[in-house]
Amino acid sequence: MLETRALRSAYGRIEVLHGIDLVVREGETVALVGANGAGKTTLMRALAGVQPVCGGEAWFRGRALARVPAWRRVGLGLAHVPEGRQIFCDLTVEDNLRLGAWATDRTHVAEGLAEAYQMFPVLGEKRRLPAGGLSGGQQQMLALARALMARPVCLLLDEPSMGLAPALIDEIFDVIAGLARRGLTVVLVEQNAAVALSVADRAYVLENGVITLEGAASDLVKDDRVRAAYLGI
Amino acid sequence: MAEFLQFLFSGLTVGAVYALVALGFTLIHNASGVVNFAQGEFVMLGGMITVFAAQAGLPLAVAAGVAIGVTALVGVALYRLAIAPAGSASVVSIIIITMGASLFLRGTAQSVFDKQIHRFPAFSGETPITIGGATLMPQSLWVLGGAAVVFVALHRFLAHTLPGKAVLATASNKLAAQLVGINTHAVLLLAFGLSAAIGAVAGVLITPLTMTTADMGVSVALKGFAAAMLGGMGIPVGAIVGGLGLGLIEAFTAGYLSSAYKEATAFLVILVVLVLMPRGLFGPKDVERV
Ligand SMILES: Nc1ncnc2c1ncn2[C@@H]1O[C@H](COP(=O)(O)OP(=O)(O)OP(=O)(O)O)[C@@H](O)[C@H]1O
Ligand SMILES: [Mg+2]
Repeated sequence: MLETRALRSAYGRIEVLHGIDLVVREGETVALVGANGAGKTTLMRALAGVQPVCGGEAWFRGRALARVPAWRRVGLGLAHVPEGRQIFCDLTVEDNLRLGAWATDRTHVAEGLAEAYQMFPVLGEKRRLPAGGLSGGQQQMLALARALMARPVCLLLDEPSMGLAPALIDEIFDVIAGLARRGLTVVLVEQNAAVALSVADRAYVLENGVITLEGAASDLVKDDRVRAAYLGI
Repeated sequence: MAEFLQFLFSGLTVGAVYALVALGFTLIHNASGVVNFAQGEFVMLGGMITVFAAQAGLPLAVAAGVAIGVTALVGVALYRLAIAPAGSASVVSIIIITMGASLFLRGTAQSVFDKQIHRFPAFSGETPITIGGATLMPQSLWVLGGAAVVFVALHRFLAHTLPGKAVLATASNKLAAQLVGINTHAVLLLAFGLSAAIGAVAGVLITPLTMTTADMGVSVALKGFAAAMLGGMGIPVGAIVGGLGLGLIEAFTAGYLSSAYKEATAFLVILVVLVLMPRGLFGPKDVERV
């Protein structure tokens, strides 16, 4: 579904991804685990097309991504929920969601809105209010719901639980697990490695811009290095 | 009373032009966060191109259409050639680029056209209409009507259509706009093209009343900018109210005090408003942003 080979990316002259090989198969949930500054966000942004790539290749559903601008990738079925809830603060909650369906043929907007409000009832209650007035957790829900409006086949999620209360983290991860069960392919970046590994099928460990470990999530949970570095055990 | 009406008419007419210029500022600001100081040159181009296209033998309506179309292309070119290459430069640098573009457009117009004062005939004759002892030029009605049509169309586009919201989304958060699949380059091209066309419409409408020269753009841009700030930068209603308000203040000051004070008074009022309401009359009240 999604694959990279020797992918490199840099900020100016400072390279932060030094050749990433990643394979995400259809229907899988893959977690990316790593310390702060390891390059997880950079990798996700490169996959979404909003971060320049300076070497290597990437494919989505068999199609080379190199020349595909970010705004076209959504239409191909690759949706990215970026770090730090990038919502349209000045627009209403509902307009945020409607714009989520911008890249689709827009025949499913009403259906998508109904699903979004069912998934997160609080968004329905506030649908006519400016999105900038939502709480952090509600904005995170909106960002996720907006990405789903594009009916993606693959979802890139960058720290969906950042800054959320524990109860909300559970709620968001229930939703993510539900999406994965419905067959959506998910790439998940998460500070909280324990949670990430519990929902993922497979995982990659990223350290200083290189992948140092990969395997089934259930094996990585038992790996001593992972336990020491990321699970704090 | 006749005197009052006279000042009212002239204030509204000039104000409608300021309002159109302010709407141009609003549109570009909405899409890009940039204040485009070349906005006044679009007004100049609208008038000047119409003058020279008409002199070349085109009927006035066709000449005006050509002027608006060409100016829209100039707006698109301004974005493609000067703004887009600046990429992620700071907003201040981009504003300075627009100032440079303004100088360039003015100089080019002076050499392509000339430095003379021009006008073309009013659309519906030059016979003034008398209302309550005051006279109103039919062209003033064209100016006011034109401003009203442009405002309603722009407001409907931004507030009630998804492409309009895509423009607002691009301004609100460019990264997120790309991530929902909006071609933000296309949105910015559209904003610059439309905004230039709006400026040209103002130039076409006002030239029969005030005449035009290749160097008229700067003062128009300043007035339009002031009007946009007065109403609240980025808010269409604010642009209209700010423009008309500025025109009226100038007309009444010039009429009842002296025309020497009209600009000083206008800027004094703007200063007071902005001190009391930093984001303009219609600007958002909550300064906090998440
Ligand atoms: N805009 C930027 N300009 C320059 N360097 C950057 C920029 N963003 C990130 N970096 C650098 O790139 C490296 C990888 O950053 P990235 O944000 O991808 O890490 P991350 O794994 O997502 O970290 P976190 O867990 O804190 O979100 C870091 O060393 C960081 O300092
Ligand atoms: Mg990150």
